[in-house]
Amino acid sequence: MTDTASKPGQTEVWITGIGLATSLGEGLDANWTALSEQRINVDEKGFAPFIVHPLLPVSFDSQIPKKGDQRQMEAWQRIGVYAAGLALDSAGIKGNKDILSKIDMVVAAGGGERDLNVDTGVLTAEAKGANAPGFLNERLMSDLRPTLFLAQLSNLLAGNIAIVNGLGGTSRTFMGEEVAGADALRIALSRIASGESDIALVGGSHNGERKDLMVLYEFGDFNLKDKFAPVWGRKDHPGFALGSAGAFLVLESKTHAEARGAKPFAKLSSVVTDLARRKQSGDMAATLEKLWEKLPRREGKGAIISGATGAEPATSEERDFLKKHADFPVRSTGTMFGHTMETQFPLGIALAALAISRGALFPPNDSTGTEVDMQGAPTQIVVVGAGHWRGEGMALVEAVS
Amino acid sequence: MTAPRDKFGRPVVVVTGMGITTSLGAGKADNWSKLVAGESGIRTITRFPIDGLKTTMAGTVDFVSVDPFSSTGLSERMAELVTQEALEQAGIGAKGDFPGPLFLAVAPVEVEWPQRRELGRAVGKTDFTYDDLLRISGGGKYSAYHHRFMFGSVAAYLAETFGTKGSPISLSTACASGATSIQLGVEAIRRGETDAALCVATDGTVNPEALVRFSLLSALSTQNDPPQAASRPFSKNRDGFVMAEGAGALVLESYEAATARGAKILGVIAGCGELTDSFHRTRSSPDGKPIIGCMNKTLADAGMTPDQIDHINAHGTATPENDKMEFNTTSAVFGDLAQKIPVTSNKSMVGHTISAAGAVEAIFSLLTLEHQRIPPTINYETPDPTILFNVVGNKARDARVTAVMSNSFGFGGQNASLILTREPA
Repeated sequence: MTDTASKPGQTEVWITGIGLATSLGEGLDANWTALSEQRINVDEKGFAPFIVHPLLPVSFDSQIPKKGDQRQMEAWQRIGVYAAGLALDSAGIKGNKDILSKIDMVVAAGGGERDLNVDTGVLTAEAKGANAPGFLNERLMSDLRPTLFLAQLSNLLAGNIAIVNGLGGTSRTFMGEEVAGADALRIALSRIASGESDIALVGGSHNGERKDLMVLYEFGDFNLKDKFAPVWGRKDHPGFALGSAGAFLVLESKTHAEARGAKPFAKLSSVVTDLARRKQSGDMAATLEKLWEKLPRREGKGAIISGATGAEPATSEERDFLKKHADFPVRSTGTMFGHTMETQFPLGIALAALAISRGALFPPNDSTGTEVDMQGAPTQIVVVGAGHWRGEGMALVEAVS
Repeated sequence: MTAPRDKFGRPVVVVTGMGITTSLGAGKADNWSKLVAGESGIRTITRFPIDGLKTTMAGTVDFVSVDPFSSTGLSERMAELVTQEALEQAGIGAKGDFPGPLFLAVAPVEVEWPQRRELGRAVGKTDFTYDDLLRISGGGKYSAYHHRFMFGSVAAYLAETFGTKGSPISLSTACASGATSIQLGVEAIRRGETDAALCVATDGTVNPEALVRFSLLSALSTQNDPPQAASRPFSKNRDGFVMAEGAGALVLESYEAATARGAKILGVIAGCGELTDSFHRTRSSPDGKPIIGCMNKTLADAGMTPDQIDHINAHGTATPENDKMEFNTTSAVFGDLAQKIPVTSNKSMVGHTISAAGAVEAIFSLLTLEHQRIPPTINYETPDPTILFNVVGNKARDARVTAVMSNSFGFGGQNASLILTREPA
């Protein structure tokens, strides 16, 4: 097991910036209001029988001023660059060359956004009998846009963020579905806590409105179909509804933040991750329990923000784990935002920090009793991220004392 | 007896095991003998039809079989082979129980054409839309493809096979990925989180679409005949890189842990550096500042000065822009020494192993330190008169080598450098 908890002598790490662009809106107020009003944005028709949480349209120009830059990206990258810009704004460092020239970036990314017309064109031509040896080569050479590759490469989300915002520190892209988001935060936290880094931009983005992704998840029968239900109410009708979202955070050492007068939303105290074998029923719940034990001792008023996907058996195993900690009110980002894959964990951290800074947990949205009301202000929120297939992560976000 | 900590008080990170596969062959011995003999692994592609392609050669690894074939499957199999070799040499932990985390550099994963075509055929119609493909994807018939094409699939397989600890990290920093995997391992050991780390980098993505993608960006050499002469780093008539496959694995340990268990030390990762270029998606900033900064950061991280570097294992892709930029930036950092220090590009023989290159070349650098012999840059017949590197052209050269800088630069503004030494400083 690998873990990152602030150790004695290590610096505290604050969350000083949050950027959100989701199916509920852009920015902190819009997302908070929607959560408070238990609003959910699902599209049951556009991809029927599949269900998605579409991005609430944003004006990309405000964070990506050059049209040329926008054209070089596909939607998943535009969403991410947009959210990253909002996070830099939120931290008050947008355009601050001194800081941006050294800020470290850890991005959790998928990639591979495809041109469906090209793919379908090749396959239907082959179905009609095109079988010359070089047919695929020739079609790809003539039909693929030269710059599409750059919109597909995983590390080009980070690359585009750097180009648009003029970042000049380090840049690392982690892949690997849900847990990549947790590992990105774990590595960024450990680098700052140990003094290797002062400030980092961490997060991810996902375009859920993609049929090529639906094919991939449909291979494993993971897509939610026909009718939307909150994640805890999908046991007999399991699956996830893909969501579009970008979620970025600015993490900063307390010293660095104080020196520039930045105010924290919350502190990121610990991030732990693991890879359960998931060979037998109960493996994943046991790993979540181990991760829970590795988090620093919790004494405050706590809550849990879960990234449960709605896919089985992972969601049932996570519910078994949550039942053991029933004194922590639970909220599910999967219900409210859909499943945003690599972005789900950073999104959970963002909402935890937001809830702590606003002195309230948003209301439950569930009819199974898994989510209950919470009175008063949470001071400690555990973010849980268990992948639909592999990978488990957990983090503790706390109020700055 | 050397101190277990470097001059900054951090644990010294050493290499105790290495494994490598390239188009030249499997294993360190085979690769090294062919590398110093100046052999090329570049050949005309036979894995798939080459009709209609501008570039028809690559450094494919055809001697590793995978069934059913996929680029991700080949990446996984090569990673497994090199890890086995590295662990055998290191003699660390127990079978299936490596005492540390895994950092894996791997090409981005996606559903590939053979699987997409299988789906297309299964629709059973001659006219169909993407929705028809989507409609027949479920039901469990293709569940293996979900598992295969998860981005985390290769790392999960390696983690389970070799029993690495914690969540394995899959990473991509484009052509710098291999160097980044080593850097993440070094950092974890320096922070004291672990005594050992397994750093693996693999790339098996010579497939039609990957080749087309790089072709459309005009990045590849088109000097197809003879294929062995296509990759011409630092030559006036260089015209692009040659795609290649390969994998490298390194067992990193703290010096203290390695010596405590009596492990043979193969070399030291003395310094790592990384600096993002925000100029352009595929081109370096014309002033070279990010690369210069990257090299300077790496020297500073190692606590070394340019005169202490006695060999540079260049990124040396043989694209017109890279090699010129690499000389200019190296000159800015090393001054006149840039024309004296022997420089070589392994890519002249093994091609550009993309995600694996940083690790493959770090291993070749460590073998250079071990053998005190610098492998050649082949196809160096017509030197570019504006690139005044002391290129180890065409024939291997015996030399006293104590510290090597290995550079990796990639799309997306990724720059990473490593400094490898024989002994702790």
